[in-house]
Amino acid sequence: MDTFAALAHGMAVAIQPVNLLYALIGVFLGTAVGVLPGIGPALTVALLLPVIYKLDPGGSLIMFAGIYYGGMYGGSTTAILINTPGESASMATALEGNKMAKAGRGGPALATSAIGSFVAGTIATIGLAFLAPWLVDFAVRFGPEDYFALMCVAFVTVSATFGDSPIRGLTSLFIGLTLGLVGIDKLTGQARLAFGVPELLDGVEVTTLAVGLFAVGEALYVASRRHHSEEKLEPVRGSLWMTKEDWKRSWKPWLRGTMFGFPIGALPAGGAEIPTFLSYSTEKRLTKYPEEFGKGAIEGVAGPEAANNASAAGTLVPLLTLGLPTSATAAMMLAGFQQYGLNPGPLLFAERPDLVWGLIASLFIANVMLLVLNLPLVGLWVRLLAIPQPWLYAGILVFATMGTIAAKPSVVELSMLAGFGVLGFLMRRFDFPIAPVVVGLILGPIAESQLRRALAISLGDPMTLLQSPISATLLGIALIALLAPFVLKGLGRFKANED
Amino acid sequence: MSRFFARLAGAAVALTLAAATPSFAQQLELKLMAPAAPGGGWDQTARSMQQALVASGVARSVQVTNVPGAGGSVGIAQFVNGAKGDGNQMMVNGFVMVGALAMNKSPVTLEQVTPIARLTEEIQVIVVPANSPIRNAQDLAAAVRADIAKVTFAGGSAGGVDHVMAALFAGAVGADAKKINYIPFSGGGESLAAILGGKVTAGISGLSEYEGQIKSGKLRAIGVTSEKRIPGSDIPTFREQGIDLVIANWRSVVAPPGITPEQKKTLSDAVEKMVKSDAWKEILKQKGWEDAYLGGDAFADFLKKETVRVTDVLKSVGLVKS
Repeated sequence: MDTFAALAHGMAVAIQPVNLLYALIGVFLGTAVGVLPGIGPALTVALLLPVIYKLDPGGSLIMFAGIYYGGMYGGSTTAILINTPGESASMATALEGNKMAKAGRGGPALATSAIGSFVAGTIATIGLAFLAPWLVDFAVRFGPEDYFALMCVAFVTVSATFGDSPIRGLTSLFIGLTLGLVGIDKLTGQARLAFGVPELLDGVEVTTLAVGLFAVGEALYVASRRHHSEEKLEPVRGSLWMTKEDWKRSWKPWLRGTMFGFPIGALPAGGAEIPTFLSYSTEKRLTKYPEEFGKGAIEGVAGPEAANNASAAGTLVPLLTLGLPTSATAAMMLAGFQQYGLNPGPLLFAERPDLVWGLIASLFIANVMLLVLNLPLVGLWVRLLAIPQPWLYAGILVFATMGTIAAKPSVVELSMLAGFGVLGFLMRRFDFPIAPVVVGLILGPIAESQLRRALAISLGDPMTLLQSPISATLLGIALIALLAPFVLKGLGRFKANED
Repeated sequence: MSRFFARLAGAAVALTLAAATPSFAQQLELKLMAPAAPGGGWDQTARSMQQALVASGVARSVQVTNVPGAGGSVGIAQFVNGAKGDGNQMMVNGFVMVGALAMNKSPVTLEQVTPIARLTEEIQVIVVPANSPIRNAQDLAAAVRADIAKVTFAGGSAGGVDHVMAALFAGAVGADAKKINYIPFSGGGESLAAILGGKVTAGISGLSEYEGQIKSGKLRAIGVTSEKRIPGSDIPTFREQGIDLVIANWRSVVAPPGITPEQKKTLSDAVEKMVKSDAWKEILKQKGWEDAYLGGDAFADFLKKETVRVTDVLKSVGLVKS
């Protein structure tokens, strides 16, 4: 009752023409900066924050929401069109999205990503409005041992997406895990594998690795194949829009992605990557078109994109109810709040309902505005692919370099980008899957530090992993997911031939 | 992108102005390095300085650059080598850099920079969950003395101010600081969740970060690290409770090595003027930072003492090998 009234009031403010204009400008700016590879929504907001400071509180929150969603969508656009994820969370999108784009289905890929983001964002924002207090109690109960168990589930399920050869997939994964060791050990403060290079002390930046492997590696690979067989790129084949079939195949992944994204995003150390990976591997298992996965399956875009957006709304749960900024983006939002001299915290909902509901209403508006701005632009974006290959890939290299430099101005960072590019090229050349490297880099360090934290708290007793009900349940799920394929294979050996 | 253009514009402005005759402060063209990523404490300090310096008319323009990496080790190396003798550059730093440089065996040290002034500090607090049997600092001290390994402290990164404070607390109550069970978390968010969830015995952080939870009764503050009680606050200091623990997360600003005494004076004067401006006071109020201005030789002295104290603590907990 109160919730509705407050939300309605927030909406009334947000749809004033001036504020709509702010939303439009915000979405536009966010998309424009967000398409730079390596620049995700958090950095986009950070770069544009000085612009927002000049506005009144209402307008600035709205523009803020616009920039945030715009930056997120910009990251997905480059992931789909030029295989260059703007941030780690849109990596899963690049896997299928770029294959779709190459097959002339870039239009539907962009559309399902935009609409999926809208659907997930809307559902998750409603969830935020109604479930936040309850959800946060659950989230706080998650201890280090439970996070470790969640990582186990992620490792097991994601390893299913490692492609045809488990050995090659595991090799890639271990490259990623090794890269994840680089830098200062979080628990003891000692440097590992840094070789005395100060820039390496903070570890390998996920976006640098992803952009290097995906974008630079691909550019090198295409260049090397140029005289062998030119890959035919079809900018557009069939409709630019989603067909009835596309809709039918997209709506369930949208909803499932939301179910992964929102709760995991609400966990203080949940993040956006795990739900996107989980969503991707779930869609791969559930799809009726397994043969299309790896060649451009629309489910593989719809699910992760929805999960990505839903987790973003999820991170607002601990931010608004506890004052916990659990992601880089949430930390930027905190900065946004602080300009009005208030710290989000348990009292925020009670003390400043106008601001909280204003923000939530702005998120709705920004979501709508994103659709309005980007759906008509899909046709224009897709034209990018009609650019002759040498130009296109030269452009990709320039943008990849610029994005990396903007995020971290250092020679070492650029050298790493180039090095990962070569690695990406070699892995493509010799048929090793690339995604597990990034998965290893992201999940490895989290799993390690959570396990060690859990053991430090329990004074070295490993039973702590089984004593927590959440952890025990998750480990059980991981075990079942690990063993089920072998058991099923044993039961129906003849079925295996069909693969 | 926009920052890139801002830099271009900044460079253009600088060029035009270099041609004009510099009179005094009005013409100051400063470059301010935040040796951290956008959004963190040092970045916010740098950007607040930028705002106050320009708003109060002390400087004509201030350009903030971010050089993130390894608790400031990357930034200070670049600053010392790249800005040597440049009287128009400054760098923000603070408590965390002292520990980071020692732990990373940085070839560049804080002895090489020219100290200008300490600007702000944040008071630290130890909290326990509302349902904890620990009611005050002496209860916690008793627990630490009984079995130090069983008392888990949650806080920020290893070697940071929270970690140093846990070790100082143990030492101050007569326990072996070497054996503290300190669990580092990345960022206040994660550690707060662990404290609220009752996963650890106590949490350490800046007071402002936990203020909301303390007010709402979810966390109990058992002591703050200021010398005297904060006016209007009902949280006792550690000193009041008979434990000698005074520490603050300070932030300061320094200039490059090799600048002339005149250049140093210009910068010191500019910072002093800024600190006294209304714009700066407004920002401090907004961000909840304590004014801890300390200029000149007093600050240089303070910096030396803190370096010794922090390095000793880090050695005692085994983070720095001597």
